[in-house]
This record gives sequence, C-alpha cells and structure tokens, in this order.
Amino acid sequence: MRRTDTMFTPRGWLWFLAVGAVLAIGVPLLNALPASSALQLPDYLVPLLGKYACYALLALALDLVWGYAGILSLGHGAFFALGGYAMGMYLMRQIGTRGVYRDPILPDFMVFLNWKQLPWYWYGFDHFAFAMVMVVLVPGVLAFVFGWFAFRSRVTGVYLSIITQALTYALWLAFFRNDMGFGGNNGLTDFKDVLGFDLHAPATRRGLYVASVIALGLGYLACRFITRSKLGRLLLALRDAESRVRFLGYSVDYAKLFTFTASAVLAGIAGALYVPQVGIINPSEFSPGNSIEIAIWVAVGGRGTLLGALIGAVVVNFAKTWLTGSMPEAWLFVLGALFILVTLAFPQGILGLAGKLRLRPRPPPPAPVPGEEGAP
Amino acid sequence: MTRFLHVLLLALLALAPLSGAARAADLKDLVGQLASDDFDSKIAAIRALGALGDGRAVPVLKALEDGALYTTTDHKLVVAEPDDDKYKLYDPVDRAALGEATDDAIDKVRVNNRMRSEIDAALGSLTLVGGRPQDRLAAAQEALKHPLAERNDALQKAYAAEHDPQVKAALGLALAAARLRAGTREQRLAAVNTLASSTDPQIRSLLIDQRDASDDPEIKHAIDTALGSINGRLRLIGVAVTFFEGISLGSILLLAAIGLAITFGVMGVINMAHGEMIMLGAYTTFVVQQLFRAFLPPQWFDAYLVAAVPAAFLVTGAIGVALERGIIRFLYGRSLETLLATWGVSLMLQQLVRTIFGAPNKEVSNPSWMTGGFELIGGATITWNRIAILVFCFVVLGVLALVLRRTTFGLHMRAVTQNREMSAAMGIRTAAVDALTFGLGSGIAGMAGVALSQIGNVSPNLGTIYIVDSFMVVVFGGVGSLFGTLAGAMTLGIVNKLLEPVAGAVLGKVVVLVAIILFIQKRPRGLFALKGRAAES
Repeated sequence: MRRTDTMFTPRGWLWFLAVGAVLAIGVPLLNALPASSALQLPDYLVPLLGKYACYALLALALDLVWGYAGILSLGHGAFFALGGYAMGMYLMRQIGTRGVYRDPILPDFMVFLNWKQLPWYWYGFDHFAFAMVMVVLVPGVLAFVFGWFAFRSRVTGVYLSIITQALTYALWLAFFRNDMGFGGNNGLTDFKDVLGFDLHAPATRRGLYVASVIALGLGYLACRFITRSKLGRLLLALRDAESRVRFLGYSVDYAKLFTFTASAVLAGIAGALYVPQVGIINPSEFSPGNSIEIAIWVAVGGRGTLLGALIGAVVVNFAKTWLTGSMPEAWLFVLGALFILVTLAFPQGILGLAGKLRLRPRPPPPAPVPGEEGAP
Repeated sequence: MTRFLHVLLLALLALAPLSGAARAADLKDLVGQLASDDFDSKIAAIRALGALGDGRAVPVLKALEDGALYTTTDHKLVVAEPDDDKYKLYDPVDRAALGEATDDAIDKVRVNNRMRSEIDAALGSLTLVGGRPQDRLAAAQEALKHPLAERNDALQKAYAAEHDPQVKAALGLALAAARLRAGTREQRLAAVNTLASSTDPQIRSLLIDQRDASDDPEIKHAIDTALGSINGRLRLIGVAVTFFEGISLGSILLLAAIGLAITFGVMGVINMAHGEMIMLGAYTTFVVQQLFRAFLPPQWFDAYLVAAVPAAFLVTGAIGVALERGIIRFLYGRSLETLLATWGVSLMLQQLVRTIFGAPNKEVSNPSWMTGGFELIGGATITWNRIAILVFCFVVLGVLALVLRRTTFGLHMRAVTQNREMSAAMGIRTAAVDALTFGLGSGIAGMAGVALSQIGNVSPNLGTIYIVDSFMVVVFGGVGSLFGTLAGAMTLGIVNKLLEPVAGAVLGKVVVLVAIILFIQKRPRGLFALKGRAAES
C-alpha cells in the first residue's frame, strides 16, 4: 500500500491521543475514586461505556465496507456474534466445576442435554490464545469465503445486501438449534472469569473497558490507514463508479474482498470484547434486525467518515439505553423515524450537519451514478 | 270396537317376536350374571353379551363401563343415578324406574382394566351390526385395531349383512386381520391376499408380526409379497403427500412474495416494510372478523373472510400509496437508502400495531367452510384451509397477470418500468403510475395477510417471519418475472419439504438458504432473468 496521504496532521495526532487518553485513563480513574466523591463514576456505567466502545468498533467496521467501498452488508451482526461466540466458548470452558452440574469438561447446557463428550469444535477453547485466534479467524474466513464467491460473480448493490441478510438469517436459525452445540436458544452465559480475573469485580470491568477503548483506537487507526492509502482511494472510486474502475484495469474484486474481510475481523473483535462485558451471547445477536440497526448507527453519524461512525454508534445507543429505560414503547418509533429522517433529510448524518453549520466546504455527497445502484 | 283393536294389538305383540322371547331371556340372564362377585364370570358374561348381538345390551355395558351399574341388597342389578343425597334406580335393560335408595343400600359393580378392554370389544362387536353407518365404520376400525378371536363370528355375520361399501371394505379388512391371527391355513392365505390391498400402517405391522411368528414358508412368502405391495403404495403416497405439502408451502411463499415481485421486481424498490403490509392485512382480517361478530347475525359470520379480502387490499394499498408519495419517491435510484428508510417504516408500523392491538397474538378463526379436511388413503390428511390458500394464491396470481397484460394501467406500468422518460413524453403520468404500482404491490401483500391469518399467529411480528423468505423467492425466481416468482416459490416450497424429513425443519431451511446464496453467485439475476446488454446488468 503506497501512501497517498499522511494519516493525521500533527494536530490530528494530538487530538487523537488526547481523546484516547481521556477515555482510556480518565474514565477508569473516575470510577476508582471513593464512592463518596461527587466525581465518582458509578460501577454500572463502566461496562455500559465498554459496550458502547464495542458498538463503535462494529460501526467502524461497517463504515469501512459501506461508507468507503459501497457494500451495504446486512450481515455484520453475524461476524460480531461469531466473534462473541468464540469468546463465549472460552469463557464457558473457564467455568470448570463451578457450573450447576459441576462437570469439569462439559458446559452446563451440554450436561443438561445429555451430551457425553465435548464436540470437536469446542477443542482448544480452554486456551485463551486459541480462542483469540478463533475470534479473528472464524469471522475472517467466513467473510473471505463469502466475499470470494459474491464479488467474483459480481453480486452488487441490493443483491449483496439481501444475501448477506440471508447469511445472518441462516446462522440465526442454525444457532437456535440445540444440536448445534452452542447452547441453543439460551446461548452461552453464567461466565465466571477471564484469564483468572473475576468478571464481576469492578477492576476486571475497568480492564475490559480499557481493552475495548484500546481496541477501538487501534481499529480506528487501522481503518484510517486503509482509507488514507491508495487502496482507500480505489475503494472510493469503485463505490462511485465500479464499472469505470474495472475498465481502467483495477482488480476491483480483490480490493473489495480485502476490505470486506478486514471489516469482518474488526466486527469479530468487537463481539469478543462485548461478550464478557454483557455476560451473555445468544442467537438473537444474529437476527437480521440487529444487523440493519448497525447501518443506522453509521448513517446517523455520517457514512463515509470514520469519526461519524463512532459518533453515530454512541449517540444512537445512548438514545436506546435512555429510551428503552424511560419509554419502552417509544424506542421503536424513534428508531424507525431515525431511519426515515436520516435517509430523507440528512444523508450526511451528524457530521454532515455539523459541517454545514460551520459552513466549511465539505466533499460533495457520494452522488449515485445513474444506473449504478438503482438499475433493476 | 276400540276394545277389540286393543285385544288384537296385544295378541300381535305377544305373538310376533316368539324367538325374541328366548333371546330376551338370555339377555336378562347374562345381564344378571354381571352382578357376580367373580371377575372371570363377569368377563364371560360380557363376552357372551358381545357375541349375542342384541343391541339392548349396549346401554348396560356402557353403564358398566361408566361405573353407573350397582347391585341392590337383594342382588338385583340396577342403574343408579345420583339425585341429591339419594340414588334413583332404573332397570338396566328397559330403564323402568325402580324407586330410590340411599348409598348404603346399593353396591357398585366393580370393574378392572381387563374388564374394560372386554367391554370395549363387546361394545365394538355390538355396534358392528346395529348403529349408524359411521358408528359401524368406527366399530370395524376398532375391531381392526384390537382383533379378538371371539369376535370373528360377529365380524363375519356383520360382513355378510353389510350393505354400505365403505363399511363393508373396512369389515373385510378387520375380518381378514382376525383370520390371519386365528384361522385355518387356507383362511390365513386368503386373508393375506385381502390385506395386501390395504395401505393401513397397522396392517403392515400386523403382517410383519405374523411373518416373524409363522413357520409356514408359503404363508411367509405370501406375506412378503403382500408387504412389498403395501410398502410400494405407502411410499408412493408418502411422496405424493410430501409433494402436496411442498406445493402448499410454495403457495404460502408465493402469496407472501407476489406483492414484492411488483414493488421490488417491477419497480426496483427494496421494500423492507413488505412483511408489515402482510401483517396489516392479517390485522384487517381480525378487525373485519370482530365487526362481523359484533354487528351481524351469526349465520353471516362465515362470510367475513370474503369481506376481509377487499378490505385488506384497500387498507394496505392505501398505506402503500401514502408510503410511496411520502417517502419512497424521494429515494428512487438510491436503493440502499430505500432499504433503510423502509426498514424504519416497518419498525414504526410494528410498534404502532403493538400499541393499538397489544403484543399478544390475536385470534382469527377459520370460517366453517375452511375447517377440517379430508383423509387420503394411508392416513394422510389434507386440510381445507391449505387447499383454499392454494386456490386463492393462483387466483391472485392470475388476476395480477391479467392486470399487467390486459389493462391500460398494466400497459402504463410496464412502459414506465422500461423507459420512464419516453413514457412521460408519451403523456403517461409517471408519478401516478409509480404510486399506484406501489399501492398494488402493497395491496396484494395485504391480501396475502388475509390468507396467512388463517394458518398462523396474527401478531405484530408476523411480517418479519416472511420478509427474508419473500426476498429469497423473488431473487431466486428472477427479478421482474411473475413466472419466475411462481417457479421460485414452488421450488423452494418443495425442496424445503423434501429436506425436512432428512435434515429436520430448521436445518432444512438453513440448507435452502445456503443453497440460494450459492445459486445467486452462479446466476446473480435469478432463474428467469430479464436479458439485457448493459454493462451494469
């Protein structure tokens, strides 16, 4: 990848490091203050913020393929969930004899279902390193194989969206089955500790939060690196006029395949960090609705801008946490209205709006080339 | 004169059933024997009553089974019915009133399980002769299920006397089954030949048992031949049933997808709220049903479904037009944005319905002409509502094809799809055509909702079940081709049902989804793609 552009200006680096330091150091410090202090951050907020960080990483992953390469994947929830399941399997094996049935090898649900031995695909998940490799490998390989077939046969636009949705739908149905060996409807839960640290201890939660923020920061740098490289330029070009790029002699398929796979890996990592913080992973993460919701985070923040994806994920999920708590009926109305409003009125999202308000000239919106997407 | 007539009548009554008098005596004796304390003699009496073939024994045996038969202190058998703290006593055979008694003056005739099965068998052979045709048929089937050697004579008598062909065939099978168990060698061979014409799974297992128990090579061979022909027929029926189930599932998929074939296939609009149009159609059906219940006489109730079809079409069609005018028209050419916006609409519609009607499922009842079904040979049942949906789906498809091909609106629609600018230049109001086309697609989805309300739950999530399937059907069949949609729906339905016994329902579905994903790689424009020469398509 030849550089065409520096990643950040010096001032940009300063901003990045400053925000990163506030999030990664400031928040845990505030949480560690004695409870009597007015500035103390309550314990329950730490995993919540960690959850937002995971969502932001997931949004970043989708923005990379959708905002830059123009591939609207409606299956990113599946990559997220697969990473989560890989982590969940490790955490399940860590429970050991502390489960309800006290079986040293088999997780509770397998004992309950009368399984006699561990299925082969559970082997190795008692090692943290192996599980981490799987977190990257499983979503990555799935995305690579899927993308290899899809991009090579030039499935584009809405067709690709629909078959990615079918992919997550198929996985959703499959993971509901008890025979799959992933806990069926209930999924994996009741985790006790990670790497020997108690998951319910505030210190472990701070650690997981910091890990999520660092992963988010590294993910942001990686995406920034990709989008600022020559490959990034190519992605923008093929988003706006794929055929033209093809005719100019670029190998569009490999560019897309690389981006799609990288994005799936990021989503998997986000899922792996998400699971220990919320304490459960179940098939509902695969539901097609979840995957579409990720798209709205990106759209609200402003697609095609990495920062926008981060902001969108945090803003929408904050609204969700707040509204599902105070007015549960209203949340779906608000979410639905967000979908409509953002697509109709603010296609550039929050960042686009902010840019307009500051009257700073921004790059023109990704104008659809006639016949590029909409041709039946 | 009247006096003379009375005398004559009495004389006739006394003379006519001379033989009957002897039977009546037997009956009374046997019924009296039921009062015995010994279970074996009670069982002997029950068997004898069954073999006697006198219909008057039926209420006695029923009373015995229900525990309403008592003995009095002077060892008389009575039927006792509780009446406040006393019992009213009746004669068990002719139900003449015999006064009252307290509960310590009478003693219940005890019944054990062995007696119960004997009572059932005896009742079975008694109803074989008397009773209405459907009772006789049930009795014949019962005799087939629990063959008893004692009943062979009763069966044979009933078989000889039977006129109803259906009952006679059932009796023939029961008789053959009984003879196969206990009969002479010739009778057994003849019985095997009779049984070979059946498709009843229990006859099959009876034959297998008898083959394993028999030493006679000729009988073994005859049974093997019979089993071969039964198995062949059963397999054929199994295939036919699976095929029908597949077509039935296909018709449901087709109904769910036809509307999408218009909005997505013809207009190119990714309408994620399509499932919610189906859901709204189902809720319209529910409302129409409640209106019929509340305001119309009950005999009109069966017609509610007929009224619900146009109602659902109008309601969802109107919502579709509003949706097109309000949102979708601003997004033409930006399909990914359309997808997100209509997804938002679908979320709001779901929540709206949940707010108005509540989250639990609503009960939509089948009208009487759609309940039940008919039984095929071999025990498979086909329900009327499946057939009604099958017919309805083809009617909808046919009418839609006519609208597209034979009406001015259809002509305009096709023209706008092919070349919007040229159509506009020719004076077609393209905006109106867009709105009406979207309304038509949504309205058809609403009609699908009417049909789906008859076979599944009506809940706010109804649409989400069908949305992925509908897209799969349209994409698999080929976008823009009604015939492709038909072929796609039927293929998916049949393949799903063929896979179900092999892989289980859920895994079968997963396999189908994966197969479609792979298929789209091979033919990105579906089975029946419209051919074009543009670089993009």
